[in-house]
Parts: sequence; structure tokens; C-alpha cells
Amino acid sequence: MCTTCGCGDEAGTRISNLAGELQTSRQGHLHSHTDEHGRTYTHEHSHGHAKSHEDTDVNGHADGHHHAAQGTETIVLEQNLLAKNDLLAATNRGWLAGRGVRAFNIMSSPGAGKTTLLVRTLTELGGRLDAGVIEGDQETSLDADRIRATGRPVIQINTGAGCHLDADMLRHGLDALSPESGSTVFIENVGNLVCPALFDLGETAKVVIVSVTEGDDKPQKYPHMFMAADLVIVNKSDLLPYVDFDVDECLRRIRQINPRAEFLTLSAATGEGLAAWYGWLDGATSQAAAPTSGTARSVPLTGALTKAH
Amino acid sequence: MHELSITQGLVYAVLDRTGERPVTAVNLRIGPLSGVLADAVRFCFDVATAGTPLAGARLQIDEPQGRGRCRSCQDEFTLSDLILLCPCGSADVEVLSGRELMLMSVEVA
Repeated sequence: MCTTCGCGDEAGTRISNLAGELQTSRQGHLHSHTDEHGRTYTHEHSHGHAKSHEDTDVNGHADGHHHAAQGTETIVLEQNLLAKNDLLAATNRGWLAGRGVRAFNIMSSPGAGKTTLLVRTLTELGGRLDAGVIEGDQETSLDADRIRATGRPVIQINTGAGCHLDADMLRHGLDALSPESGSTVFIENVGNLVCPALFDLGETAKVVIVSVTEGDDKPQKYPHMFMAADLVIVNKSDLLPYVDFDVDECLRRIRQINPRAEFLTLSAATGEGLAAWYGWLDGATSQAAAPTSGTARSVPLTGALTKAH
Repeated sequence: MHELSITQGLVYAVLDRTGERPVTAVNLRIGPLSGVLADAVRFCFDVATAGTPLAGARLQIDEPQGRGRCRSCQDEFTLSDLILLCPCGSADVEVLSGRELMLMSVEVA
């Protein structure tokens, strides 16, 4: 994706509607540039900033550029490379807060149990929790189909070659899902402990799942992900007697990276420990009710960058 | 490989400011704690800039050191990764620098 303008790129993002039918990728207008050799390159703008890309775009010294020697001109930009994504994330955060909608960004390695946990949660909480799901996967709607079988609304976002959801994808997912005021949205991110950590979506909280079959050293191997987490769930606790996974050691490693993350151990397969997860979801209601609190819970990893300048 | 989408974002960010003008150099600052590999950005840069006014531009990446300050003993020290552990044993460490992921400037002809 284009992290700067939030445009779609050649990765081929596709977003389904509530019925699971494929919609055209990202509604927006195509935006073309043609260079002096007549070559045209195109990207899609979805936020209507179709300003002309003329030399006059560089508008004067007030903009902070100066002339360098040897006939070149240096334009000082000093902007975060993720600035556009973070701006779109802030817009999402406002959109969610304005509707009193809570959005939880669920992240993990492939196979850690994100979908199983969501299916069980949606089934067991039943009418107690008004919730929809935005499913991110590179390909297929297999997980979305599992969620849809619970009777809950689900939107599939296929990222194609993309390895993470970004704020613009969530924006389109929210548009397609159209969650009720006061409801909850679970965002199942692409299974990956690397890239999703960098992209703030504007979510209420980030939930990272690690399963006991993966090894208790995951936090130190993927520190960005665990640093970003508001809640870490150790899943598949029913397998603890059979695997070499030390829950206390895992918590110790998480604490070295993230002293503030909450921590739960459960089994989405057997239901062990799920009461604490449901309690966390209940508790998160009051946290999301105060927009400033929701913002503070999910400061993007790169949030400190602009302050440094 | 989030560096590819970040590099594509970089191209559009530059084009938003420079339009059709040929870009001769792009200056970035990428810290070791940013989650983005400078070498991977270099690898993606030629692909992401092909066919744009940035094609052939010199890519210069400033890679500042990561620095942290211990909130327990107030000591400042170098951080090579996000395992924030002060030599005194405390994990209560404030990151002072190293997370930079910035498009600093471009040079246009």
C-alpha cells in the first residue's frame, strides 16, 4: 500500500461486502502521473486530494526548502514515512470514538488461534456482545466463512501480496461493515508478527496472541509486536503438559519489552481461562468510552518520531 | 516485507511535493529500532522508483544510533535492539533515539 497517501498499490487488496461477495478494490479515483518521456504511472487516491502535481506544488521558501549548489534544489520534508497511515489511523480513531465503537486489532503468527478465539467468543457471548469482524488474510475467505457461520457480520479484506492491514484498509472495512453505535469490531489482522506492528489502524487496543506451541521466546524475537500490545494472550494452554513452554518465562520476556501490557493465559479450544478474556472485554468497554483513554492505549510505535523534531 | 509498501509510500510522498521534477537524491533517516531495515529499503528503492521522476536518484540513508535512558539509575546507553535493558538490570528504559523513520529531504534538478 501507499503509506503516504493511503492509496492502494499493486499488492491487489480486495474487500468483500457483508454477503461475502467480492467488491472492487478500494473505492477511489485513479491518479496518474506522466513523465517527460510520456510514461504514465498511476495510483489510486481515496481521499480526494487530487491536487495538480505541477512544479508550483513546491510553493516557496515558507515551505522550508532552499537552493543547493550545482543547479539542484534541496527540499526539506522532515516527515515521518508513516505519516499518512498515522493520519488515516487518527481519522479512524475519531470515527470509532464518535460512534462509541470499540475496535480490537488481533495479531499473531499464523495458526496461533485468532479465528478460533473469535468464533468461540462470538458464539459464547451471544447477544451479550454486539460485534462484527473485519478479517484480514492474503488470500481466501476461509476464516471469514467460519465467522459468518456464527451469524455475525464479517468483512473480508484480502491483502494479496500485502503482509499487514493498514489504516486505509480498515477505513474501507469499517465502511463495508458499518458497525452499529456502541458495538464492538474485532479486526483479525494478517497472521504475521512483524509487519502489522508498524501500522497503526486507529484501533481501541492491540491484542497479540502467542500460542504455547510457538516457544516462550517469541516476545524477544518479535519485540516490535509485543511492544505495541495492550493485551498479550497465551493461547492453547491445554497443550502446556505436552510442550516445552514456560508461561512465567514468557511473561518475564514480555515485561522486558513492554511493562504495561496486560496478560492472559487461556485455551480457545477447551474454554479454559476464557472468563478472564470476557472480563477484559467487559473492562475494555469503560476504557473505550473515554476517547482520550482509547487514544492513549494505542499510541503507534512511530508516534514519538515527530516529537523528536 | 513492509519495507516495500513503505518505500512505495516514500515515492508518493516525494511526488506529492516535487511533481514532475526529476529527483536526483532522496535523504532518509532510519533508526535501528524503527522496525524498518535500511538495507531492505535500499533493495526496494530501484523497483519502487522505476518509471517515476525518482528513477536513478541517489538514496542516502542516515542510520542514527539507538540511545536509551534508564529511569532507575538515569544512566544513558546505546540500544542496538528493542530489548530495553539497562546495564544496571532495570527494564524501565526510555528510548531517546533510534526509532526515527523519516523522509528528511530530496534534491531536485
